[in-house]
Amino acid sequence: MKTILYLLQKEFRQIFRNKTILPMIFVVPIMQMLILVFAATYDMKRIDLVVVDHDMSENSRQLIAKFDGIPFFHVHHLEQSEKLAEDKLLNDEADAILVFPVNFERNLIRDDETKVQLLINAIESNSAQLIYAYSANIISDFNKDIIAEWKGIPEFTPPTKVEITENYWYNPELDYKWFMAPGILAILVTIIGMFMSGMNLVREKEIGTIEQLNVTPLKKYQFIIGKLIPFWIIGLFDLAFGLTIAWLVFDLPIVGSLFTLFFMAGIYLIGVLGLGLFISTLADTQQQVMFVSFFFMMIFVLMGGIFTPVESMPNWAQTIDRLNPIYYFMRVMRMVVLKGSNITDLLQELVSLSILGITFLSLAIWRYRKTA
Amino acid sequence: MIEINNITKSYKETMALSGINLHVNEGELFGLIGPDGAGKSTLIRILMTLLLPDSGEAKLDNLDVVENYKKIRKMVGYMPGRFSLYQDLSVEENLNFFATVFGTTVQENYDLIRDIFYQIEPFKSRRAGKLSGGMKQKLALSCALIHKPKILVLDEPTTGVDAVSRKEFWEMLKNLQQKGITILVSTPYMDEADLCDRVALIQNGQILDVDSPKQITEKFPRKIIQVGARNMYQLINDLRAYDKAEAVYAFGQYAHFTGLNDEVETNELDNYLQNLGHEKILVEEIPAGIEDVFMNLMEQ
Repeated sequence: MKTILYLLQKEFRQIFRNKTILPMIFVVPIMQMLILVFAATYDMKRIDLVVVDHDMSENSRQLIAKFDGIPFFHVHHLEQSEKLAEDKLLNDEADAILVFPVNFERNLIRDDETKVQLLINAIESNSAQLIYAYSANIISDFNKDIIAEWKGIPEFTPPTKVEITENYWYNPELDYKWFMAPGILAILVTIIGMFMSGMNLVREKEIGTIEQLNVTPLKKYQFIIGKLIPFWIIGLFDLAFGLTIAWLVFDLPIVGSLFTLFFMAGIYLIGVLGLGLFISTLADTQQQVMFVSFFFMMIFVLMGGIFTPVESMPNWAQTIDRLNPIYYFMRVMRMVVLKGSNITDLLQELVSLSILGITFLSLAIWRYRKTA
Repeated sequence: MIEINNITKSYKETMALSGINLHVNEGELFGLIGPDGAGKSTLIRILMTLLLPDSGEAKLDNLDVVENYKKIRKMVGYMPGRFSLYQDLSVEENLNFFATVFGTTVQENYDLIRDIFYQIEPFKSRRAGKLSGGMKQKLALSCALIHKPKILVLDEPTTGVDAVSRKEFWEMLKNLQQKGITILVSTPYMDEADLCDRVALIQNGQILDVDSPKQITEKFPRKIIQVGARNMYQLINDLRAYDKAEAVYAFGQYAHFTGLNDEVETNELDNYLQNLGHEKILVEEIPAGIEDVFMNLMEQ
């Protein structure tokens, strides 16, 4: 025990004297929270809509005015041909084109039915869906207005129609930052876990200090624990630091208990630290550790559900995700922070993270050789 | 104290050690002499339980390096060839760290390192990375001794160290020997062989000879003639061209000449060189040194 304490003292001394790592511990959470959370957003801030109105009727103008009334729709008027409008789409000057056919109003009056065409740039499928959803809403709103106007009864809706009233729970304003912040924090904790511990161990190999250390009665587990605990503490510290920033800067509500959050983070960190250390026991240089860790990191993060829901991934991907610690932790972060889930709700995540943690850590201790 | 029986080790196709047998007595200062790549470090790393031999066995104080590696690690002091202390920790922190890792304290064994450590004590709060080469070496030696080892093993401790520090260092080793520590030291410098009780000459993973430095040079059968002249390059070429020459090597500012037989006399060489127009000629017969022996053994 005394030996481990002394190892920890040594590690912390080295960390605090390291002119790169020490500032990074503070800079990384600040940068990630302040830049990434704002940057990685799906909120549509501006939709450039080009309108091609072949009808030039009162009704078409009414509908255009409705689009214009929505703050993030920027309506560019009246290209006389679809061709010109399509050019705009091609040059990325427009996100969508709304086309009114020649007999838009006539058909509406005569047949009680008419058509508009909506062409959406679907390079980014997410924004395309959002544009469609917004537009569909506006058009259905327009429908209601017309019915009301013709029947002379304001805001009348036929009683037979089922209407959906939305109420978004856990994030009522659909604030994307609230969704991103816990996710980014999960990545932050992962970076510290995977990179810093692994780089630190392999540095001892590179500098050669491990040669001296190996010819000592130091036990394997003491060595690994001595490498693990400092970064475990730093990881949890950075999580607290990042959460504070999120809370101060974008009012991130922390609904669940902090104890649950840090308890789960502690278990998660043991897993990623173990993985980082395991990688470094196999490598000889920091470069190798960097490369391999980055490989895992990319896969884990992109499959972990930070941007895209895991539920919409193909089945085989979801199966692989069972081995992805970030997948569990990402869920934990969002569920605890936004939904207030407690340990009982997170039992499955707890068990999975524990199993992964024990596995990775055992691998690291097993693979760390005091002989070559 | 150290028993090595038929140790072999190869890295893929390269045979690093082929059948090494060696015996180091208790309290001895034993030198492992050989050029770079001879296999010195490999042998030392096997003894230090850092490398497993392919075959053969080695014992330190009757403890097998493979089976009893844990016990060995407690009783040996090892100074690797490369400076292996924490450069970002201070002198004092390094020393305390290694003391703690060995479950002891600096105070407990201070007697042993006092003579060495007092020289770097004024710099004890300085980072190890900021020390000069000689001081680094003293710190490394202090750290290797802090747990009072029975056997001290040093891998090329004097490589890259200035002449004065080298001399000091060997004096320190002699002092440690007085305190009853068995010392195994490897070095590529032939002139350091004379400072050891016994040496093993090692080359291409094989032991060429083991004996006291005196014995090794005395039993050298050939006559060595040391030759000097102003134009060294021309001198060596001319000596090699001499029809009675067997071996000619450059040794610092002189050339060492061995004839086909030992009948070649100094005045004979002197005449030969004078005829070729050499200036400042110096020819004398000298006793063989370790390096001559080494060159001779390597030829065979």
